[in-house]
Amino acid sequence: MATRIDVTGLTAYYGKFKAVADVNLTIEPKNVTAFIGPSGCGKSTVLRTLNRMHEVLPGARVEGKVLLDGEDLYGAGTDPVNVRRTVGMVFQRPNPFPTMSIYENVIAGLKLNGVRKKALLDERVEESLRGANLWEEVKDRLGRPGAGLSGGQQQRLCIARAIAVEPQVLLMDEPCSALDPISTLAIEDLITKLKSSFTIVIVTHNMQQASRVSDATAFFSLEKTGDPGRLVEFDKTSKIFTNPTEKRTEDYVSGRFG
Amino acid sequence: MSTATVSGPDIDSDPDHLRLRGRTLPRWAPLAGAAGAVVVSLLIYLLTPVDSEIQIVLMAALGFVVATTVVSTVVEGGRRARDRFATTLVYTAFLLALIPLVAVLVSVISKGAGRLDAGFFTHSMNGIGARDVGGGIYHAIIGTVEQVLLASVLAVPFGLLVAIYLVEYGRGRISRVISFFVDVLTGLPSIIAGLFVLAFWVLALDQGFSGFAGALALAVLMIPTVVRSAEEMLKLVPNELREAGYALGVPQWRTILRVVVPTALPGIVTGVMLAVARVAGETAPVLLTVFGTNLINSNPFSGEQSSLPLYIYSQAGQPQKFAVDRAWAAALVLIIIIMVLNLAARLFAGRNRLK
Repeated sequence: MATRIDVTGLTAYYGKFKAVADVNLTIEPKNVTAFIGPSGCGKSTVLRTLNRMHEVLPGARVEGKVLLDGEDLYGAGTDPVNVRRTVGMVFQRPNPFPTMSIYENVIAGLKLNGVRKKALLDERVEESLRGANLWEEVKDRLGRPGAGLSGGQQQRLCIARAIAVEPQVLLMDEPCSALDPISTLAIEDLITKLKSSFTIVIVTHNMQQASRVSDATAFFSLEKTGDPGRLVEFDKTSKIFTNPTEKRTEDYVSGRFG
Repeated sequence: MSTATVSGPDIDSDPDHLRLRGRTLPRWAPLAGAAGAVVVSLLIYLLTPVDSEIQIVLMAALGFVVATTVVSTVVEGGRRARDRFATTLVYTAFLLALIPLVAVLVSVISKGAGRLDAGFFTHSMNGIGARDVGGGIYHAIIGTVEQVLLASVLAVPFGLLVAIYLVEYGRGRISRVISFFVDVLTGLPSIIAGLFVLAFWVLALDQGFSGFAGALALAVLMIPTVVRSAEEMLKLVPNELREAGYALGVPQWRTILRVVVPTALPGIVTGVMLAVARVAGETAPVLLTVFGTNLINSNPFSGEQSSLPLYIYSQAGQPQKFAVDRAWAAALVLIIIIMVLNLAARLFAGRNRLK
């Protein structure tokens, strides 16, 4: 139950500003795909177009096609709410709901969409927290506030919350950039484990992380500030990091710039 | 205050040595300064012809600020002295600001407590003249509680919805226009709200004086306060929480209802309480719309009612001691009611927060 994503001719705007232009790529099911590139190159923007979170910002819009198993996310009649139930997202900074306990945070997506059956919710909480490698740490304090956990635990709580609604795809926007190395390792292990059930797309500034966890890598870059970002190269991670086709990719991954 | 001594090179005589420590005043220095200023001004009060209490208090405050700053300049040097100056200024301003609050409480309690007995709460003013000893505020309490509750029922949902529209949905022109009119309403003198309801509801629509007419006028005054405070609180909710909700496939209205509003709730409740406290003390609009009566009328939808501010106004205006005593006691009750409402709202808001 995982999904292929086909992106064709994708261009994203913030008001009049063209943030990223003409992106074409295919994300394979049950794979981890990493987006890398310097700041401002549009990798987070592209990620947010994959579950229609881009348009949440005022003035933001998208041109082009994003096909989820052949269905156009931006087609007429597509409901963004349904898209986001299918394509989950984890953000850069852990953002558990401050008014909710750990338990309520995990099932927030279900409960806010009307699931009431206690047995089902209990089961889903344990399943999701185990899925996020957090169950053992919090099983005795599910009633405590989610905001009381450490940063790494909070981020895993957010992952548990995202997988509790059983999406097909999981988008991660720099999920480790606010975390220490130990928590980062825990999240990376988790990504490898989640790969067996979800299609995962991760934006990262950390090239080692991209080479550790991903199967495919997309390198984005921009000519100069003010220009739209573009997809420079998209290939297997091993190829991008050892023998890239483009000179610019090689310069970036070998640390010659960026 | 650091009392530890560091053994090592003689720092003071070595000009090249790093100077990380400076000379500081002991921690009790500000307290001593304050005590000194108070003692000196008391002496001036007792020994010299200066006999104005206000002057003495101001002299003590000024003496405290000046003495602390001067001593600090001599001992600690310029930067720390400026820090001390600002700190003492803040403390002094705080104490001076407390004076009116304490003075009001003391005078209301001392003058009002004597008349507070069971009879005062259980009787109206029916048949009581200004020279009579008895009488009570039962009818006025009923009036105030009913009018303020009705006004809140009208104004709070309305104000909250406007605030949600402005923060979560409003874009462009309409929201700017609404925002502007809320500002206009904020500056509306309360008697104008009363005049408006008098002309429109009581006279033009011929509904007559009633508690509900008063509630309408009070609601007009509450709405802008509720909108502004709720708006500020909703703006404080981080956008990340909204995005987290959307990313879970939760529709926007549900995210607002279940995530955004609960997060902002304690602040919203505080804002509502401020609005309630403000209108509970309004006299002018109530005078024009509720009219006032000495009789018990527990139906806010028909006939004149009384209310505490109105009661205080009418009793305090009479030249008899018993009437003025009743006014002080009613003022004390009004303060207590507002305080109790405030505490209740805080408890309610605190219950929704996780421990």
